[in-house]
Amino acid sequence: MKRLELRDISKSFGALEVLAGISLHVAAGEFVSILGPSGAGKSTLFQLLTGALKGEGDMRFDGAPLDGSPFAFMPQRDALMPWRRVIDNVTLGLEVQGVSRRAAREQVAPLFAEFGLAGFERSWPAELSGGMRQRAALLRTVVQQRDMLLLDEPFGALDALTRAAMQRWLEGMWRRHRWTALLITHDVREAVYLSDRIYLMSARPARIISEIAVPLQRPRTTGSDAARQAAALEADILDTLLNPGVDRASFPQTAQRRSS
Amino acid sequence: MAFAIAKTIPAAIAFALILAAWEVYARYGGVAPTMLPAPSRVLLQAWENRAALAENTLPTIRATSAGFACSLVAAFVLSALVDFLAPLRRALFPLLIVSQTLPLVAIAPLIVLWFGFGLMPKILLVALVTFFPMMVALVEGFAATSTEISQMLAAMGAGRWRIFWLARLPSALPYFFAGLRISITYAVVGAIFAEYAGAAKGLGIYMLNAKNNFRPDLVLAAVAVSAALTLILFGIAVLVQRLAMPWENAGSDSDDRKRSGESRQ
Ligand SMILES: Nc1ncnc2c1ncn2[C@@H]1O[C@H](COP(=O)(O)OP(=O)(O)O)[C@@H](O)[C@H]1O
Ligand SMILES: [Mg+2]
Repeated sequence: MKRLELRDISKSFGALEVLAGISLHVAAGEFVSILGPSGAGKSTLFQLLTGALKGEGDMRFDGAPLDGSPFAFMPQRDALMPWRRVIDNVTLGLEVQGVSRRAAREQVAPLFAEFGLAGFERSWPAELSGGMRQRAALLRTVVQQRDMLLLDEPFGALDALTRAAMQRWLEGMWRRHRWTALLITHDVREAVYLSDRIYLMSARPARIISEIAVPLQRPRTTGSDAARQAAALEADILDTLLNPGVDRASFPQTAQRRSS
Repeated sequence: MAFAIAKTIPAAIAFALILAAWEVYARYGGVAPTMLPAPSRVLLQAWENRAALAENTLPTIRATSAGFACSLVAAFVLSALVDFLAPLRRALFPLLIVSQTLPLVAIAPLIVLWFGFGLMPKILLVALVTFFPMMVALVEGFAATSTEISQMLAAMGAGRWRIFWLARLPSALPYFFAGLRISITYAVVGAIFAEYAGAAKGLGIYMLNAKNNFRPDLVLAAVAVSAALTLILFGIAVLVQRLAMPWENAGSDSDDRKRSGESRQ
């Protein structure tokens, strides 16, 4: 069943055409990634979804036109408020929904252990490591109990080792909770490791140049067979992103380029 | 804490050296005490006239705090309004900048002429000199709110007022306190200026009378009192900032630890 469905979404900033007809969908309980180069317009797409910007095109959620926000949104960079303690950052969404601070704290406190943040409830965000900040930001996102998660490059600012650890952790969390999630990333390995399906996005003006199902079994262990399969998929994706003109005749944009 | 005290030692030494040089010059340089009294004489006279000084210090404190409180409230209210209504900003800022170009020497007697010898003209003058730095700091601080945080709050369903309260106001706090520290050093001077232009009691009028009676030692004693007042207000501002922004030193502590760890190796 399709939860989110976007048809032909376009957005320009004045003369700058950023999104040029994006169509995609996300099914219930599915983890989908949008993979594209920096500056393509990925964050802009999320801003259209959360209503921060207005664009053209059809956005549907559970079959009805998108109305209000069924999304819990995790912005690029963690966006933790330095003036709130970690627990008060995590309860932010609940507070905005009208839950009292006390009740919100009671609701989120049991989740700190699962997110590897036990004992840091009363810390300031500045006292956390990069990985912990991202986990806190993710916890703040999921406790809102919305129908779908929008994650904008959650691990983009982390060092390679921490990022790999966080990807494993997130994959495990996702298997347990089966959130419906749309992830933005420019990291090919991250997209392959986490997703059920991947949309490849071109550089600006952004189009979807390919849709790729990831047939790897979960949990995404590092067994040599699975690793080979994943590596082949990653190589294929890189090829598509770096030479969009080669042997992808089924996509109109590339077909055009060829004929020119 | 010991480190914080250690940091003030150079300033204390410099201050003591200047006082010592002044003392030596005033005593042995052949200047009359009616021209340049030695610091020791200023101190002695201040002590002997302590009743009169205290009596004139209280009204100055009252005028300073009333004026500063008004200025603070006005800065918060107006900056919030400007934050919500962009056109208001374009209307107000030129006026505010012009208000900062007015020469106090000319304005102070006029305000006394219009509002009399009471508290009102002092409040107005203190507000005039302290309002601008706080107002500018607050408006800039609101604008410095991270767009990610605002967008996230909007996606959570927060309205404009909620976003202001949860994100823009706390984001502006560091800016506000920077402005406050500048403002507060003008506040006492503003009150003294107003009193100088006309008052029944106060440090400003006390200085004027002492000068007219050829008592530079008493003028300087009043100056010392006003400097002490300003320093105390500054200290209070720093203290309030510490209390209002407990997160400010979080994380930097561990940096210090890291650094000292490195230097030990
Ligand atoms: N509010 C805006 N006004 C004008 N241009 C914008 C705005 N937001 C984004 N852009 C431009 O749109 C392009 C895509 O930005 P973004 O969606 O942030 O890219 P990505 O997230 O894929 O790296 C960039 O060239 C950026 O400069
Ligand atoms: Mg982005």
